Amino acid sequence: MTARSLAKRSVSILVSVGLTFLGLTCVTFFIGRVIPIDPVLAIVGDKASNETYARVRAEIGLDLPLPVQYWRYLMKVVQGDFGSSVITSHPVLQDLLQVFPATLELAVPALFIGVVVGVPMGVVAATHRGRWQDQLIRLLSLFGYSMPVFWLGLVGLLLFYAVLGWVGGPGRLDVGFDDIVTPVTGMITVDSLLAGEYEVFWNAVSHLLLPASILGYLSLAYIARMTRSFMLAQLRQEYVLATLAKGLSPWRVVWVHALGNVWVQLVTVIALTFGNQLEGAVLTETVFAWPGLGLYVKNSLFNADLNAVLGGTVLVGVAFITLNMLSDLIYPLVDPRARDR
Amino acid sequence: MPLIPESGRAWLLDPTPASRMQARCGRWFRAWLGFRRNGLAMTGLGIVLLLVLMAVFAPLIADRQATTLQDLGNRLQPVSWHHLFGTDELGRDIFARVVFGSRITLTIVAMVAVIVVPVGLAIGLPAGYFGGIVDKVLMRITDIFLSFPRLVLALAFAAALGPGIENAVIAIALTAWPPYARLARAETLTSRRAEFIQAAELQGASALRIIATQIVPICLPSVIIRLTLDMAGIILTAAGLGFLGLGAQPPAPEWGAMVSSGRQVLLDQWWVATIPGLAIFIVSLGFNLLGDGLRDAGDARS
Repeated sequence: MTARSLAKRSVSILVSVGLTFLGLTCVTFFIGRVIPIDPVLAIVGDKASNETYARVRAEIGLDLPLPVQYWRYLMKVVQGDFGSSVITSHPVLQDLLQVFPATLELAVPALFIGVVVGVPMGVVAATHRGRWQDQLIRLLSLFGYSMPVFWLGLVGLLLFYAVLGWVGGPGRLDVGFDDIVTPVTGMITVDSLLAGEYEVFWNAVSHLLLPASILGYLSLAYIARMTRSFMLAQLRQEYVLATLAKGLSPWRVVWVHALGNVWVQLVTVIALTFGNQLEGAVLTETVFAWPGLGLYVKNSLFNADLNAVLGGTVLVGVAFITLNMLSDLIYPLVDPRARDR
Repeated sequence: MPLIPESGRAWLLDPTPASRMQARCGRWFRAWLGFRRNGLAMTGLGIVLLLVLMAVFAPLIADRQATTLQDLGNRLQPVSWHHLFGTDELGRDIFARVVFGSRITLTIVAMVAVIVVPVGLAIGLPAGYFGGIVDKVLMRITDIFLSFPRLVLALAFAAALGPGIENAVIAIALTAWPPYARLARAETLTSRRAEFIQAAELQGASALRIIATQIVPICLPSVIIRLTLDMAGIILTAAGLGFLGLGAQPPAPEWGAMVSSGRQVLLDQWWVATIPGLAIFIVSLGFNLLGDGLRDAGDARS
């Protein structure tokens, strides 16, 4: 890749990231403005005189023109200042950073399952197009993305926890295991290994098993479907026929050459899946009482803690934007054809 | 007896149609013949038709009163002939609530569709038709909305505007239109230089007229297919909002909210939470199967 095209590409990615970020903050700003609760009244109370009301209104900047207010809001957000949570009375950012590792601990294994199982499934479906393997895999993935995740979680808890007793119940640990390990990364499985507390580790794993498998199944469904359709497009190409005619083994043609070309498109799909898991966390974490980002946002919502809700929205939005940007950046690394565009 | 008599079939499959009408009907009929062979797609069509029938004839299938009638002496009854799906924690008949809940689900889906398609077309068609700076600006806006997290944004909206079906619909629609804009733009670009468009331009037709009469009909089939495929996602998001308590408000028999209220009794009375969830699953599966089938039929035609 020439230096010039690299620079051009980076600039265009940065511009699009910046614009998306502006759009996102515009929406959260707007949401913060339309809320029916009067923030001034919340501070001064309804018995305050008109002068006090006007003074406080000016103090928090509500008398300024909207664009100026937005600019102030934007500057705060860029510095990571989302205000304080009404409930925990900590800065929202501090709260968010504290709960985020729990969400990651769930999302990473789920994504791992999705890729390690989903991609081969998609390849097998494509190479066996129309046969029973294809039908089975298509049906499995169809079920996966038609399934309401909160319902699947409840059924899973009912079956594997309550009836069979194979996995741990809701929450990240059994009650007796709380507070044994001091948080370092915030991910209990990692922290317990670092501390050498293997009992805690296995307990955490037993709690992680069900939600991670369920999220993994849902990601697998999407990844397998996309892999299948990408692979079908590749297998129609002439180079497949050419390499086969030259005597390369079919196995090598499919898994090395065709799949190698598909990875490029899969990067975007995987990034998207990861993003979906972050936002789907609101539902899964509610079902599994998993104290991560999703549960934090949901609880804040029901306590009218708008700063926390909007902070969480911006964080998930930024994660989305970052994932998109990363997949745009990785694209040319995986696909030489995209380098000189 | 076949549904269509042999002569009608011959008219439909005539390779040299005598009128535009005949050609159009023939095209639809051929697509249908392909679609009919697809067992999964027909299953999907059946599920969706059943859902619509259930919503339309809900008062004939179940007792409307039973959806809200609280009977605490009869709470948490198991599945029986009298209560096909049992009763919930307030003694309401779950079967009646599931039947009437189909109306809420269809309402949400229809309202989202009514907002999303016109907005998507209004953005995508000019972008594709005029190109240049119009295209750049409109597509940038589309990209911005495309990278918004749907569920979380819907949550934030519900937090600000208050929970309810209308706000849930607005929130879902806000994040669901961008794919339609992209689709409309792509379809417009492919036919932008076609001769029939140039002919219309030479006759002095305005841009608005060309877009409305020539380009919209070209876009509609793919938009409809996309919409069918999206329905499942819309239903799942709406049910998710309902589950969190941000969609339709009680005592409305919304399926997601019903699952949520069954959580407390999940271990002892499994049917309260699982049956409405099953309804959500079956309906979204139906839309997915139908959408897949329509897409395959559309592919075969082109």
